Amino acid sequence: MKRFTTVLALLLAIAAQSASAQTLKAVKDRGMLNCGSNGTLAGFGLPDAQGKWTGLDVDFCKAIAAAVLNDAEKVKFVPLSAKDRFTALQSGEIDVLARNTTWTSSRDTSLGLNFIGVNYYDGQGFMVRKALKVNSALELNGAAVCVQQGTTTELNLADFFGAHKMQLKTVTFATSNEAVKAYDAGRCDAYTTDASALYAERLRVANLNDHIILPEIISKEPLGPVVRHGDDQWFDIVKWTLFAMIDAEELNISQKTLDEALKSTNPEIKRFVGTEGNFGEQLGLTKDWAVRIVKLVGNYGESFERNVGQGSPLKIERGLNKLWTKGGIQYAPPIR
Amino acid sequence: MDQGRHPVRAADPLTEAAGPRVRGPRQFVGGNRRRKCDEGEMSTDLPATSRPAPVVFYNDPRVRSIAYQVALFAVVAFLVYAAASNAIENLARARIASGFGFWNNVAGFDISQTLIEYSSRGSTYGRAFWVGLLNTLLVAGIGIILATVLGFIVGISRLSSNWLLAKIAGCYVEIIRNLPLLLQLLFWYNAVLKAFPDIRESIAIGGTVFINNRGLFLPTPIFKSGFGSVEAALLAGILGAIVFRIWARRRQEHTGRQAPVLLVTLALVIGLPLAVFFLAGLPLGFEFPQAGRFNISGGTEVLPEFVALLFGLSIYTAAFIAEVVRAGILAVAQGQTEAAYSLGLRQGLTLRLIVVPQAMRVIIPPLTSQYLNLTKNSSLAVAIGYPDLVQVFTGTVLNQTGQAVEVVAITMLVYLVISLTTSLLMNIYNRRVALTER
Repeated sequence: MKRFTTVLALLLAIAAQSASAQTLKAVKDRGMLNCGSNGTLAGFGLPDAQGKWTGLDVDFCKAIAAAVLNDAEKVKFVPLSAKDRFTALQSGEIDVLARNTTWTSSRDTSLGLNFIGVNYYDGQGFMVRKALKVNSALELNGAAVCVQQGTTTELNLADFFGAHKMQLKTVTFATSNEAVKAYDAGRCDAYTTDASALYAERLRVANLNDHIILPEIISKEPLGPVVRHGDDQWFDIVKWTLFAMIDAEELNISQKTLDEALKSTNPEIKRFVGTEGNFGEQLGLTKDWAVRIVKLVGNYGESFERNVGQGSPLKIERGLNKLWTKGGIQYAPPIR
Repeated sequence: MDQGRHPVRAADPLTEAAGPRVRGPRQFVGGNRRRKCDEGEMSTDLPATSRPAPVVFYNDPRVRSIAYQVALFAVVAFLVYAAASNAIENLARARIASGFGFWNNVAGFDISQTLIEYSSRGSTYGRAFWVGLLNTLLVAGIGIILATVLGFIVGISRLSSNWLLAKIAGCYVEIIRNLPLLLQLLFWYNAVLKAFPDIRESIAIGGTVFINNRGLFLPTPIFKSGFGSVEAALLAGILGAIVFRIWARRRQEHTGRQAPVLLVTLALVIGLPLAVFFLAGLPLGFEFPQAGRFNISGGTEVLPEFVALLFGLSIYTAAFIAEVVRAGILAVAQGQTEAAYSLGLRQGLTLRLIVVPQAMRVIIPPLTSQYLNLTKNSSLAVAIGYPDLVQVFTGTVLNQTGQAVEVVAITMLVYLVISLTTSLLMNIYNRRVALTER
């Protein structure tokens, strides 16, 4: 039912949309950012018992709200299933989609959407029962695999089994909840999704230690936030929010060191905090836009450790997501 | 001599009685219409003095009513046109792909139950659409049959003079139809999954049939050469049975003598093909399911998702059909049953020959809408992972192509066609059982 209301909303929105979508103005007038989020994935987007949302993607939306509205709490999180997420963004129900979404060419070009960057470099993996004594994904010939619908996962799975000439029985579910439940009930031999999500989903099965995650990563899954096509100003703001978080970590500007940074004489840091130049104004914001992001949310590294890294129950290694200066591939253009 | 005709004719008194009543108002309506249409000519019959002054054309009620309708149509047409052209323009500006070009692109995803040949790497989105549609039709078709049988049994039981049976049927109806269908589907799915053993501890029946929480695995029949003669015998048997039935009925109407219809039908439909099967030297083999490392391979697999959906839909809809049947039976006057008893008919025959045929007239129209409901409700399959049309097409295909407008439009059209076809077939049947005016 939700699906049809969303589609109906899309039709109405498309039929009635005015010429130019001024997202920044709309967000400011509303005083609230509408952020499409996961809602069921620990580490990326999940409301806790008090209804407080946490996660890497959640932090990203809070950072946008900090930069635009000067209040990281002025975000309305809209939980979306994998297959409904693009429709929600196209129809204008949300201003930005930060929901562990893989950047692919077709999504970037044919959906009327723009990916702004990558906030998590991921890859697809498999979880199986230990009792099966499987050590590699290549031993899964003939296995039944539970998967969530409307994901690149669904396609990679068919590709991987096809490429290795293995038999596959897929059982597809609308939500990851249903898919994990069915896997846990023994409907499938394996459950597959992005490796980061596997660590999170593993916390939800009945007996954590009966399950292992296979070493193979079968695909590239660059996860990134998405905005609607056709509003370049908003595209820039969202894009530079991510860059600011990464640049802050590179410049060693964190919530703790922010006060020192404000007094710094280092020209790079001065440009970041806005004591030199007018880079915030060029974006349509104020000079201290990046300071607000760090002050209210933190830099990329802080957000990572808090949500998925060593400070979280998931304890995922940073791996590819380390800064380029530390052996990873997270890299942001400079603010100047 | 006439006795044999009674069962057939017993329904007639009502027809006879209702006939003129139905005809009466019809004639009146017809007469009215004629009068209206012929207004111009008829006015010549009226005295010239009572003739009203001619009205200007825009005050003519007929002209006015047509003008209003034309205006309304124009407004609706304009709104539809404006919305459509605006949508097309906006889709183009937002660079959202449109058109039906995606239909022939490679799908790239797998489907768990395919009635036709389908592979993730070779098949198109269009093929995926047909796979989904066939899965929907399969579950809806079997569901309608099951729901009808169960519904009739429960409906009749509820009127039974057996206290316990009537109460059980009553509880069934009240519980099932007052719980949300989605909840029931989830219940059945989890019941199926949890109640059956793991695949490695399958219940094996004779080493050829396996039951576990991944479904039911049956041997697949393989037809060898010579099986054609068995098929021909079956066809001949069915035709023979139909001819025999017609003959038996005619004879009964003329002479009152009954023929052993059931016995002859069974002999023709089952006995004849079986005899040919043995004579042709058993031209049938089986492919047996084999336990593999992970799964059971080979054989025919019945998915638990399918079973859960089928059970859920049939049991839910049967509760409504039971009420429709009960209402239909209660609508037949008690006098009909009493008359049948007084003629010496037994209870079963009274039900079959007197009550149900008359009740059908009341039952068919609401039964049609239950069939439509069942078909449309099958789209809840998405919740339990059964690959029906909505799950495959408005789920995965929509998401992979991003073309919501086209995909949803196609899906709506398909459900419309399925529903209207069901409705048409039921209307044809309804016309057959409806009161025939003589």
